[in-house]
Amino acid sequence: MDQLLEGFRIALDMIISGDPVVFSIAFRTLMISVTATVIAALIFIPVGCLIHFNRFRGKRFLVSIIQTLFSVPTVLVGMLVFLLISRAGPLGSLGMLFSPGAIVLGEVLLIAPIIAGLTISALSGMGRDISDTALSLGAGQLQMILKVLSESRYMVLTAVLMGFGRAVSEIGVAIIVGGNISGYTRTLTTAIALGVGKGETAASIALGMILLALAMIVSVTVNTLQHSEKR
Amino acid sequence: MIRYIFSGILIFALLSTACGGQSEPSAEPAMEQTTEIAEDAGNESVPPRASASRLRVATTTSLYDTGLWSYLEPMFEEEYGVELDVLYAGTGKALEWGRRGDVDVITVHSRSREEQFVQEGYGLERVTFAYNYFLIVGSPDDPAGLEGMTPEDAFTTLMQNGEEIFVSRGDDSGTHGKEKAIWTVAGYDYEDVRTSGDWYVEGGSGMGPTLVMADEMSAYTLSDMGTFIAYRSDLDLEPVVDQGDILLNVYSVLEVTSSRNPEMAANLREFLTSETVQELIGNYGVDEYGIQLFTPCAGLDM
Repeated sequence: MDQLLEGFRIALDMIISGDPVVFSIAFRTLMISVTATVIAALIFIPVGCLIHFNRFRGKRFLVSIIQTLFSVPTVLVGMLVFLLISRAGPLGSLGMLFSPGAIVLGEVLLIAPIIAGLTISALSGMGRDISDTALSLGAGQLQMILKVLSESRYMVLTAVLMGFGRAVSEIGVAIIVGGNISGYTRTLTTAIALGVGKGETAASIALGMILLALAMIVSVTVNTLQHSEKR
Repeated sequence: MIRYIFSGILIFALLSTACGGQSEPSAEPAMEQTTEIAEDAGNESVPPRASASRLRVATTTSLYDTGLWSYLEPMFEEEYGVELDVLYAGTGKALEWGRRGDVDVITVHSRSREEQFVQEGYGLERVTFAYNYFLIVGSPDDPAGLEGMTPEDAFTTLMQNGEEIFVSRGDDSGTHGKEKAIWTVAGYDYEDVRTSGDWYVEGGSGMGPTLVMADEMSAYTLSDMGTFIAYRSDLDLEPVVDQGDILLNVYSVLEVTSSRNPEMAANLREFLTSETVQELIGNYGVDEYGIQLFTPCAGLDM
């Protein structure tokens, strides 16, 4: 218990005094997860729209596959990306393995199902009257889609934030394709895993508190958004 | 209308963070490299072979957990103006990264597997650079009474008792390989040992975490000396068996044949075996722990 309390005290000191190592790891983690979330949003919100607004055979099957992948194990994505970008793999010539870009790629794939799937749910929740009205008023297909999307923007933003929450807190991808290289690919989660094994309790607690703070910001924002949606 | 402005702002914000996020990580190391190369231009003692890319070394966890690599890394980076990425893994995984061409240099401790790696054409040459010994460590009251035994007898006793817990690395590392070798010499088939009961625990992690686990379980484990000494103050474990030729633990450096930066890989091998660094390795940790962690042995056949 003493060790834990002492750890908390030193951890708070580290955060308040702005410990450069702790904050560079936090900043790097944020950069990687934000980049991954933005790329995933730019690709997979449109993919979600495409799936929702088109009728095709096996659509329900596809949607249930996407929903299953919400909880795809992070180490499985890590392993697939490793095999893909290792120099012996099909994308080996890019030389991406053990770089921040490799983690971004893995996290994009990890959260793609969440963003696409929750976008589909958001659009499905809007009912047909908005799209029908827009079309009857002479809107084109694209205008209609943008209209429905803007009506469901809070839910779509929630989807993006959920994706970010998963990206920032995952460890499987970061440790397998990032390699936990000090000063380069070390993220909050991989640093905590290493720190606990090394007995560096205080630094690990400090990193954990920052991670928790990030998760809380996401969750509070999601709640606020859903609240304003209801109003 | 307000909604359109809102969406516009949202999209703009997303795009600008996207650009910022993408350019930051790649721009940062590039800038560091140029400044370091520029600084090195004034340093005439060793002509640096400037290289734009990063050099990756895969190291066994024992050299990482003792802090040796964190100590040597900045020196090498400053001397040669290159970013050195140190990746830690068990010997098996480190060699596998080498086979796949994902790292440039490997520092591990498993002679037979290193020789096989070179023979298969994946590595240039096995060059030794340091050694110490393995230890069997356990709780101070030594419930199985292993003290004074040979490593083989100690293992035999554990197997026959089947009561006191032994934590194995279980991760295909060099230390795990040494443990298997001791079981073989003791006359057991490793598969039989592995499946013989609850007393045999496969930890599946690095040396440091394995010591912490053995400590928590008041168990025995096989550890390299360096990591044990570096962790000793946090552990309630003592060496119980530390004598026996089989416990010799030799670290060597291998350049990976398929490295895209072979000159810098050669630089790292030269660095580790240079007189200056050999002396630093020999003195590493002496001030902090009052005992030598590694004995330098550059190029010796052992």
